[in-house]
Parts: sequence; structure tokens; C-alpha cells
Amino acid sequence: MSATEIVASAARYHLREFHAFDAVDSRFVYLVPSGAIFSLDEIGGEIVDRIKELNPTREELGRFLVDRGYEPSDIGASLMELEQAGVIIHGDFVPQKPQVPVQRFPLQRIVLNITNQCNLACTYCYEYSPDKISKTDGKPKFMPASVAEASIDMLIKESAERPSIHVTFFGGETLLNFPMLRSSVEYAKRKCADAGKHVEFSLTTNATLLTEQVVDFLAEHKIGVTVSIDGDSELNDRMRVFADGRGSYEVIVPRIKMLLKRHKTNSIGARVTLSSGVHHVRRIYEHLIQEIGFAAVGFSPATANPNRLYSIGETKMGNVLEGFEDLAWEYRDCAVSGRHHGFTNANDTLKELHTGMSKAYPCGAGLGLLGVGTAGDINLCHRFVDSDVGQMGHVQKGGVDHDARDEFLNTHHIGARYDCHTCWARPVCAGGCYHEAFIHYGDTSAATLHYCDWIRGWNDLCLRIYGEISVRNPSFLDRFNEN
Amino acid sequence: MHSMKPINRKARKVEAAVIEATGDVQALQRRGGEGKIYYPMGCTLNFTPGWEVDISGGVAGLCQPVERDLFDCHLGCGWPAQVPDHLNNAPDWTDKCASAANDWRKVDIVFP
Repeated sequence: MSATEIVASAARYHLREFHAFDAVDSRFVYLVPSGAIFSLDEIGGEIVDRIKELNPTREELGRFLVDRGYEPSDIGASLMELEQAGVIIHGDFVPQKPQVPVQRFPLQRIVLNITNQCNLACTYCYEYSPDKISKTDGKPKFMPASVAEASIDMLIKESAERPSIHVTFFGGETLLNFPMLRSSVEYAKRKCADAGKHVEFSLTTNATLLTEQVVDFLAEHKIGVTVSIDGDSELNDRMRVFADGRGSYEVIVPRIKMLLKRHKTNSIGARVTLSSGVHHVRRIYEHLIQEIGFAAVGFSPATANPNRLYSIGETKMGNVLEGFEDLAWEYRDCAVSGRHHGFTNANDTLKELHTGMSKAYPCGAGLGLLGVGTAGDINLCHRFVDSDVGQMGHVQKGGVDHDARDEFLNTHHIGARYDCHTCWARPVCAGGCYHEAFIHYGDTSAATLHYCDWIRGWNDLCLRIYGEISVRNPSFLDRFNEN
Repeated sequence: MHSMKPINRKARKVEAAVIEATGDVQALQRRGGEGKIYYPMGCTLNFTPGWEVDISGGVAGLCQPVERDLFDCHLGCGWPAQVPDHLNNAPDWTDKCASAANDWRKVDIVFP
């Protein structure tokens, strides 16, 4: 081997995958795929910059750092730990394809679509709009108690060693089937007591049918409540209307206030669906917090084919991100002074970043969560219930179809989503909602590419806020350590 | 850590793994299985006492400090692979290390 060959083959340092960001004069890295967040000290920053600029050999880098005045012992230790932590690599960087976990995942939650009927006719609803995928013909309008009980039995069995399980009631409008909901809660508590498990409940409602009697039951059983509402009367009533076109705002607001007053045993959140006419994030947030009295408000764009009139579209999504940014900085201000802020989207993302979540799948659907339709058909999640996609058995006919579930998990793992393999946001995103992908691209395994820039922008913002909180009020982050 | 500080929970786990993999001199401090003391294999070439452990399994009663084995290997034992070539290429690599027992951290880093 000639001298030139030796020089040519000398290993050079390369950066591995991470997203760098700054906050309060400090430098941070968000490592991919681990999801770890480190702040870089001076020497760490110099090493990263030098490698980014020149891809030096070990000798070149060592000499540079000695010239910069660092102690040799610090240099050696720094290089070693940066390499071990996955920030840099000595040699070429070849990303490793994520492996699909072999182990079967125990179930943690089921979503029971206890009715496919609704007393509202919201324009964007994925259960009734032109994008509807569920086929409810021949299926009962209301889930019978026998199906709910079989579902709960199945959950207990499939949850294996898990000490705690969760039942979510969904619709249609959930409270149209309140008598069955009530008996299911009691059944689940009885069966879980026998099985030695803890059970929790939650439901989503449009609030039109909330009565004191219903609310007292929810409070007694500590049932978490998500209320669908889109803001003040003007905004809410653009989409959230009765079948005759009347807005729902006047009907629901007194009921929501009664709910907030009487139900103190679990969280009650507002869930806002953003669409072409409803994208005024701050206005909606302030109304729901200050006028209605919610402690937490979360936003999500309507899932819709881009051709639908109510589809939010790119321009208005830009407005939404601006609105999110505005509220997120307000969240930051509250966090550094140790106060609560009700912007759920920021809170949820910060919690995921704090944990360092690195997702193999975008959500729990098919993994720890399954949806059940009124007739007992098991599906990927509540959004796919009674559709042809993502079918996974029947609660009274053999339970979970494990082969179908394994097949789904194998084909939807992050390793199979090639579009995501070079994206730094994949530990938190993992490709996006299966339903969103199906409505846009007709394929649950497609990455939701129309949201990529938006998701990276949002996560970058949340990382900067996380970094700032970690410097200015680190004890605030302790609240994310629960669970 | 020398170059960075863990911020989130995952980073603390990564830090623990890094320390485990690159940790500072630990051989004689490490615990073996079931709470037993971990005995390193030591140098297979010499039978002189002073390398591994003393009669109690610790390092306090050795006839020479454990740090001395760095020098024993390349001066006494003539094992060139373990240390820089101090005759030709790196004559000053221990210049800052006046006393091996106290200053062994200061031996220079040498790039091959």
C-alpha cells in the first residue's frame, strides 16, 4: 500500500443524524433516532462545527482542538462520548434500518364506537362527509351491551400483564347511547376488579346531550371528557350544525359550563377541528379558556381530501402554524414563571420531547389500541371502524385476528416508511395518521407528506421552547415525569 | 460528561450508557456478579505482585500503585503496543506526568 493510499483511507469524522437548535445562548442537539436532547458545551460545539465544515481525520481534529487550547484528556474524552452518544462517527455514516419488534404488544386501550348515529351534521365529519369510509349498512345503530361486554373481556385478556387498561367511548354522538355506556362502565369495573386490573374511562361528546344526571355519572366514575367545539358562536356554527343547518353553539355552551362546574374528578378538554373557515387559533383559544372556562384546548386540522371545500389548504395551514407559534410562546412565558397554560398541543409535544419518545409507529392504533364497531367488528382505530381497511377480527367471533394485526404492524413500521428515513422529526412523527394518509393517498402506509414541513416547523419550535424552559425553569419539566 | 449535558429523560439514559461504555478507570471498582468483587485478569506476562489486587481484594495495599502498570508495561515489560513510541515519535508524551500515581491523567494524547 502506498503512502497516498494510506492517507486516502484514513477515517474521517462525520456527523450522525440530529437536529441542532439554539435557546437562551445555549446550543442543543436533538438526536435521531434516540430522541435524546443534550446541550453542547464549548468543546462539543467546536467539535460538531469542525466536523460539519471539514470532516477531519482524528489527527486533524485533535491538532485543531489542541491549538484551540483544550487539554488532550478533555479532547479524547469528548470525542469518545460524542461518538458513543451518537452525535458523531469516526468513519462513514451508514444509517441502520429500524427493526420491527418481534414481540406481540399487549393491548392497553379500546375505543368503542357505541353508536354510529349523531344528532349534529358537522360539515367536515369523517363519518358522514364524502370522505366517509365506514360502511354501516346492516350494522346496528347502537352497540348492544353484549358487544361492549365482549369487547371489555377481550381487552382484559389481550392486555396480558398490564396493570392498567383504558376504555374510550366514541360515536357518532356517544351520549345517544348513554344507558349502554353506563352499564359498560359498571361491567368493566366489576370485571377489572376480578382480574386485579385498574381501569380508566374517557369519552368524546358534542355536549348537546349533557344533563346533570349524565355529568354526575361521569364525575362519579372519573371519566375523562373531550368536548368537540370550534370556538365562539360565529366560528363554531360554521361547521358544527344540526341537520337543519342551525348552529349548535347556543345549545352546548350552557351544558359545557354545567359540566365544567360539576365534574372535577378528571380532565375535561376542548377539541377544536380547524377547517377552511375556522383557523383563528388565538381567537378560539381565548374564547374557550376565558369565556367558557376550559383548562385545556387542543387543535387539529380536519382530515379531508384536499378537493373538499372545507379542507384547510396550505395557505390557511400557514396561518394555523403562526397561531400555534403565538400560543406556544405564551405557553413558554407561563412555563418559565411556573404557571399553567392550556394549549394542549404544546403541552403534549413537550411531554413527548421530555420523555425522548422514539416512535416505531405514529400512534397506538393496531399496537396498544383497537377500535370496535357497533356490531363488534374490530378495526385499527375508531376512525376505521366498520370500513374495509384495517379489519382485525370480531369481539364475539374469535377476538383479535393476530395475523392481520401482525401483518399491519409489519407493513406500517417506521422501517417500511422510506420517505421518513432521512427526516429528523421521525422519532416524534413516525409518518403521520393512518386515516389522514388513507384519505389523501388511498394508502394507510403512506407518509402524510403534505404535513411534513408543518410537523418539522412545529417540532423545531417546541424544541426551542423546551430548551429555553430547561435553562430558565427546569423544575417545570418535572410535571412531565409522571407516567 | 465533558462536551455535553443531558437535558431530557432519554438523554439521561444515553448518558448512563455512555458512561458504562467509556467510563473512567473502573476495573478494580467494578462489582462482579452477586455482589462479589470483580477481579481483572491482569498482565499474563509477569508474576510480580503489585498489579492486580492486594490480599483483601482492594488496591490500597499493593507494593506499588496501580497506576504504575502503565509504565511497567512499556518500560519493565517492553510491550510496545500498549504505549506511544517514546523513543522516536513521542518522546515527550509523559512530560506532564511527574508522578504516575498522581498525574497519570495528564499523560498526553498521541495521534498515531
